Formats: sequence, C-alpha cells, structure tokens
Amino acid sequence: MLLTVVDEQPGSLDTLGMARTIGTPVAAVAFGTAADGAKLADELVKHGVGTLHLISHELLTDYAPEAFGEALAQLIARLRPEGVIATGDDRGAEVMAQAAARARLPLATQCVSVTGGDPWQLTRIRGGGMLLEDAELTAATKLITVAPGAAGAAEISEVRAVDECVVEAFTPELAPELARTRVVARTTRGDGVSLATAEVVVSGGRGVGSAAGYAVLEELAGLLGGAVGCSRVATNNGWRPHSDQVGLTGTKISPKLYIACGISGATQHWVGCMDAAAILAVNTDPEAPMVTRATYAVIGDVHDVLPAVVAEIRARAGPRR
Amino acid sequence: MEVLVCVKRVPAPGAKVPLTEDAQDIDTRHLGFTIGPHEECAVEEAVRLVEAHGGHVTVLAAGPPEVAEQLRYALAMGADRGVLVDTGAAELDPEATAAAVVHAIRTLDAEPFDLVLFGNESADAGHYQVGIRVACELGLPIVGGIKGIDVDGAAGDRLRLRRDVATGVEVYEVPLPTAAAVKEGLNLPRYPTMPGRLKARKAQLLTIPFEPAAGGLRKVRLRQPHDDREAAIVLGHGAAAAPAVVDVLEELGAV
Repeated sequence: MLLTVVDEQPGSLDTLGMARTIGTPVAAVAFGTAADGAKLADELVKHGVGTLHLISHELLTDYAPEAFGEALAQLIARLRPEGVIATGDDRGAEVMAQAAARARLPLATQCVSVTGGDPWQLTRIRGGGMLLEDAELTAATKLITVAPGAAGAAEISEVRAVDECVVEAFTPELAPELARTRVVARTTRGDGVSLATAEVVVSGGRGVGSAAGYAVLEELAGLLGGAVGCSRVATNNGWRPHSDQVGLTGTKISPKLYIACGISGATQHWVGCMDAAAILAVNTDPEAPMVTRATYAVIGDVHDVLPAVVAEIRARAGPRR
Repeated sequence: MEVLVCVKRVPAPGAKVPLTEDAQDIDTRHLGFTIGPHEECAVEEAVRLVEAHGGHVTVLAAGPPEVAEQLRYALAMGADRGVLVDTGAAELDPEATAAAVVHAIRTLDAEPFDLVLFGNESADAGHYQVGIRVACELGLPIVGGIKGIDVDGAAGDRLRLRRDVATGVEVYEVPLPTAAAVKEGLNLPRYPTMPGRLKARKAQLLTIPFEPAAGGLRKVRLRQPHDDREAAIVLGHGAAAAPAVVDVLEELGAV
C-alpha cells in the first residue's frame, strides 16, 4: 500500500497521480477534524481513493511541525506502507522530514519521477533545478516529497471513481511537550501584487546600478500591472529588500512574462525564473547567459532602453494616459 | 548564549554547472567554493546574538579537510571557534550527514549549546532534512524556514521565531535550548574585516574524524536538465528597440 498525504490546498491531490505510477493500492492520509475528513473524502471518491486515514488530536488543531511529524511516524509504524508521498512545499517537506527522523527512515525530497520496485529508482532535482540526480531509495517504508509543479494532475476522467471513501480515524499518542513548536500567532500580508503570483515581473540586477535606478522598473511594472523583482546582487548591495529576490534562495516564480534588466543570469538566479512562459532580457552584454537563454533580448543599457519602452507604451495608450 | 552554527561548503557555480566524467559530482576544478547563502545568514545571526547577549559562536562543517576554508570565513565574520568534522571526500547522504553532526555535537558535549542553527536546505544537494534529523536525535525543538529571531521572555530563555508563508507570517515561541533552520533574508551578512581575516587564518580548528554509515538514499549519477530553448530573438539595440519591445508586450497581452 502507498500513502499519499493530502490536504484542502489546491493541487494537493496531484501527488495521487505520481503515487499511481509507483504502485497500488493508494490510500490517502490527512490531518484534521471529522468534518475536514468528510469533505476530503467526497473529493477523494472522484479520484478513485477508497480509504482516507484521518489523523486527529488536540495538539494538531494548528500547525505544529514536531507534532505533525510524530503523528505521521506513528501512523507509518501502524500501517507499514510501502511508501509515503507528500507535496514538497515548505510544510510538506518539513512534516516529512520530521516523520523520517522520528521513524528513522530515509527520505528523498524534490522528486520529479519515481519507478516502483525494490529499491525505488527516482530522479530528484538539486539546487532548485540546477541539476538532476538519479538515485535509489532502499527502506522498509520509502518516503518521498514531490518537487512543486512536478506532480502533474492525472485527468480525473482517466481515474475510475470509487463508490465510497472510507474514513479511518487515527488518534496518535502525542507528548504535551510537542506543543512547543506550534504556531502562536499569524499576520496576514496586505493586498497588492505579490512577486510569487504576479503575471508580469520586472526584475533588476547589477546593471540597474543603484537603489534609485529601480524607479524606472517600478514605473514599467506599474504600467504592466506587474511586480518588481531583483537578483541576489541587488539584495546584497542593499538596493532592494530580500522579499523581492528571485532565485534559489529567494522566490521561485513562474510568471507569463519575466523582464530581466541588467541581470547576467547566474545559475542561482536562473533556477528562480526559468519557469516563466516568456523571458525578455535587457543587457549590455550579448553573451550574458540571461540573454542567450531568454525568449527575447534587447542589447543595451537598462537606463536607455526602459525609459524608451515606458514612453512608447504611454504614446500608444494616447495623450490622456 | 552558546550558539552552534552548522555550515556546508558548496560550489559557487556561474551560469554553467559542469559535471565530472563519472557524473558523481560537480566538476569544481575551475570553480570557487562558498558557505551556502542560508548558512551565511545563520553565522551572521549567531554573531549578532552573541554581541547582544554574550556567549560564544561555534561553527561546524562536515566534509573533506577543505571545509576549513568555509570555517575560517565564518571565524572572520566573528565566530569564536571552528569544528571540522572530517568525513572524507565523498558526498554523504542526508542520514549520514546528520549522524556526523550529531557525533560532533556529542563530542563537544562539555559545553551544551543554547541554540543550534542550520540553513533550511543546502544550496547544492537540497535535501531539506539534515537540521531536522539532528534536532530530533538530540531531542531539541526545531522550526524551519526562519526569517526572524528575537530573544524573548524576562529570563531570555525563549526565542520568538518568524517565518514567511504564502499568506503572511507565522510566529513560533520555543524554549531554549532549541534548534532552528533559517533562510536567506534573515539579515544581511557582513563582509569580514581584514583584522578578522588575519585572526581567522591563524585560528586553530578542532578536527573530529568520523566515518558515518550510509543511509537509504544512494546517489547513482547527476545529470544536466534537458534544455530545448531556442536562441533569443534580438529585438534591437538601445532605446531604438522600444517599438519592437512594445509590439511583443502587446502580443503577449502584457499591455
């Protein structure tokens, strides 16, 4: 049996598709109340999953990485599944690492494909996509997380729906001290275009030259309804806050259009923007990696090209804009 | 406050990531090395905490003897002591790395640490688990993805930890001793001063040899990702390219 960790987040059921490429049967596991379980079970029926193991406990009513990991480790000890598959987002990766440490099992993270058998043959990404690693995973229960975006939802029509998804309740035994790592407060971000979800990102690097130099990038982003991003050089120079940084150690984005201004395209930056549908590079160096890998390129200085582009957009919009 | 920071020596690749002929590693003959960016912030945070609250910063790295270079960089940033866990040249799997770090911390047990800092994930292998495995083995609480650390409580015996999530910020309050896995953006790391570098060059490192047993994840080979991008379409040079750029923006529906 394979267990897939699911929740109510959109895309969470995508991992079921990868689980089925490894083997069957596939059961689901989730954290939550009976009401959460009933709601998830309705959805799982359509995805052909006949069993949901629902982990409930008073210490699990808000996110608590140690308690979640310990609870999952106890469920693994009880069910002894062949493998457990979870989404590799921040929370999924943290809970699986906690469970792996507590169950003393190996864990392969950031997987993009897996072939079942013993051992499992898998491919995982390293360095945010810099390299691929082929690896073998040997364990009584094999734990993996799926690289975000790699799961690929199996078409529901291809999956035979089941009549019923049975909810099996599981109550772990959790020491009260595990509440020490539990969320005690939250603040919610204000509205506005966020770097992670913007359809257009206008990003600047060394070639922008100064903090003040970003004014023209802000202006262009405003005209395009987009967000402003930057490279690690800009953050390290104190030109932009780290929350604007695109890259391996910043935010990984996949906008429709990425406009890279004065960014050479080192690997650390490239892996953060390579999933953009289109890339326009503006750079004085025609040999810069960002220029050669982009969809479109303009050879020139950011401070010559961008003001002209802004003026052209305003001119085409008419005199009143 | 006694703070331990675990750092990793990682290649600093440019735009290309060359591989060795046996596809087991990045070919680093022509590359420099660095401390992973998350861990560099961990060192900076530890130095700031000790500047504010007293105590010492110990920095630890597992790997070949060459990790001394990264330990000395951390010493130049202001760490007090460097510990080299010599595990040889071959890359370790995450269970083996955790075992090496646990062994070293137990060897140093005479002075227990109040805080153990890790990077959230290494910049090269990115296994997202070594810090959690070490903390779990030592019975320490740990939270990952941390971008803010404040010492809290009247007795200064708790930490307030913040991390960014999609919807905003989550706050955790953990009792000391604790571990935390941090991310770049926690602070802006300082550049070592010249006197700091000179002092670090002469510092004695403590070396702990260790041969960990292999875990259940075995690397078979590394590969370059397939890239079928076509060459960029050059829209023009300088300001004269603006009309062609706006044509493309219109075509893509961006304006």
